[in-house]
Amino acid sequence: MATTTTHPTKPLQCWGKCKELRETYYREYATAHERGALRWAGGAWSLGAVPAGLGRDVHSLTSEPYAASIAWDKELSERCMEAVEKRGYARDLCSYMRNYWGSLLLDEYAFGGPFPKPDFIWQDHICCSHAKWYQVVCDLEPGIPYSCVDVSVGPYVELNDHRLAYVVGQLHDGIEWLEKITGRSYDDGLLIEAVQNECRATSVWAEVCALNRAIPAPLDEKSMYSLYVLGTLMKHDRRVADFYEELRDEVVDRVEQGIAAVANERCRVMSDTQPPWGFLEMFRYLEEFGCVSVGSLYTFALIGVWEEQADGTWGPRPTPMAQGVEISDRDQALRILAEWNLSKPEWQHFYSPHLKSEMMVRIAREWQLDGVMLHYNRGCEGLTVGIAENRLALLEAGFPVMTFEGNMGDEREFDKARTYARIDSFMETLGLRKLAS
Amino acid sequence: MITAGIDVGAKTIKVVLLADGQPVVQKIASAGLDTRSALDRVVADAVAAADGLERDDIDFVVSTGAGRQDVPFADDQVTEVTAAARGARSLYPNARTVIDVGAEEGRAVRCNEAGGVEDFAVNEKCAAGAGTFTEAMARALEVDLEELGRMSLRSTQAVPMNAQCTVFAESEVVSLLHAKTPKEDISRAVHDAMASRVTSMVRKVGFQKDVVLVGGLAKNAGFVDSLQRGLETEILVPDTAEFVGALGAALIAAERAGEGR
Repeated sequence: MATTTTHPTKPLQCWGKCKELRETYYREYATAHERGALRWAGGAWSLGAVPAGLGRDVHSLTSEPYAASIAWDKELSERCMEAVEKRGYARDLCSYMRNYWGSLLLDEYAFGGPFPKPDFIWQDHICCSHAKWYQVVCDLEPGIPYSCVDVSVGPYVELNDHRLAYVVGQLHDGIEWLEKITGRSYDDGLLIEAVQNECRATSVWAEVCALNRAIPAPLDEKSMYSLYVLGTLMKHDRRVADFYEELRDEVVDRVEQGIAAVANERCRVMSDTQPPWGFLEMFRYLEEFGCVSVGSLYTFALIGVWEEQADGTWGPRPTPMAQGVEISDRDQALRILAEWNLSKPEWQHFYSPHLKSEMMVRIAREWQLDGVMLHYNRGCEGLTVGIAENRLALLEAGFPVMTFEGNMGDEREFDKARTYARIDSFMETLGLRKLAS
Repeated sequence: MITAGIDVGAKTIKVVLLADGQPVVQKIASAGLDTRSALDRVVADAVAAADGLERDDIDFVVSTGAGRQDVPFADDQVTEVTAAARGARSLYPNARTVIDVGAEEGRAVRCNEAGGVEDFAVNEKCAAGAGTFTEAMARALEVDLEELGRMSLRSTQAVPMNAQCTVFAESEVVSLLHAKTPKEDISRAVHDAMASRVTSMVRKVGFQKDVVLVGGLAKNAGFVDSLQRGLETEILVPDTAEFVGALGAALIAAERAGEGR
């Protein structure tokens, strides 16, 4: 056993508020009809600021984080998987999608009670499973109105007016559709407010992640999953934008005081995209070696909106408001919303694994990492395709890489003992032995 | 100073005792279902084989292998990757690639010039890339393991074998037998199929000479031949290939004993 110096550490003061926001989100969705409010479902990637224009009493259930919550409950997840397989759906489909379908088929809400069916579906197509996800939901629950925005206009570096107009045009059509199926009048003021909130929340989240460059890191990946999730639930909501600002201020304070997420930090790694949600304790296992995972491309860039700064490093993209832009009408709001989302880093690597490699190498360098863990995630084709290319690129850039096989949402495809054995080997290759407890 | 390396594998337990860093005894025993009893027996055998040595004379024990945590008297543990690399480098100082194929796992390790591990890959999921595969194929051909290896070297033609897993490979072997394919050619097909999986893993980490093969499968001449053809390079095989992990652990024990408990 080795020993090392320790850094001061303490729990996040805003942790309780984060949990409360998440619980409120799922409760508000489930109980919406009791208050005459509306419920909609769609992906965490969907442009949720648009339905926000229907009123303040419109609540969403974003499907990926909901499915990840199911994955964390192994008993429920297994029953969901079995229910889906009994209906004849293949085991190699997106495991988020299967957890969600299973919850619907079982008529069980992960947070208690029957599955609260949405009044409408507002989705977009960033990955192949998104295109089918709610089509099946509509097959299982006929009569739910479904609209989908095609956002597959290529990577941001190739974005032009024509491509942007293609997305914005669909959003205009979508608003007309929302008015028609809900019978409500659309409020552009609420849309503008939601767009402003989303830009603020996602820029500030990037700022939080940027602060994790500090050594010792003020945050660790397992905790970041609990924090970033708010952005996947309701990134357009003022409460999330306000919370991220509060979190940012606290993290600034932690950096200034040298407060570490992992007291014995002596090694820094990251992962790539979705973790095996039922086994997040693997990130705690790293700590036995004095190793902190400072985040992942997923936590940084699914919610965070970044841009290259003057010094060439990655930093939070300044919001349009911070640049003096005043949003005055629907078209301008939709244009800003679409352009902002299309610039999001996590959207880019659907178009090329090389874009993912560039981002991961950048993070590895700028966050001063000693190695990278790549999840060969059988549960997500969209974000895992090309991962072997990412491995090669990281190795070529001089970063040791550990790969492990698993599934973000189907625990049957994750072997905890074998994965821990790989971590043991990886830590040894980085020159680390377990620390004396 | 007496140090011990104990490699608790999926099928066998290997013990190497060192006196002042030099091997004095090595013993192997089946792990069976009662690993603890087997462990006690093989350690006792090793101690008995070393003249004048008592068990309490062992200063430091390092365990390795899949069951390394089941050695209650171990002072420390190392992974199979580290142990195999350390052991192989002690035998072949120029080794840059170490391939370790045991009963249920295979791994490829790339070392730097100083002997540090730069990268590794592990196959722990597919039986078709580990020793269990050859056992199943030997059963299907109704020959013992050693004969399976020798037969392969007498093959006169390459027979493609497409099976991706042990279960289907066995069916394919039966089909080849029905087609009157000589057993020698089937044996080579088995080893070629297995070597291709291991080759793929080795190429993943990027191999450099010298290449050393350790683990129980290194005793199979047919597999060694197939692997050499697959990698198109000479492969070094130590006489005591199955003990290399335990040797590495024992050498690390000697270093760590020097660091103090």
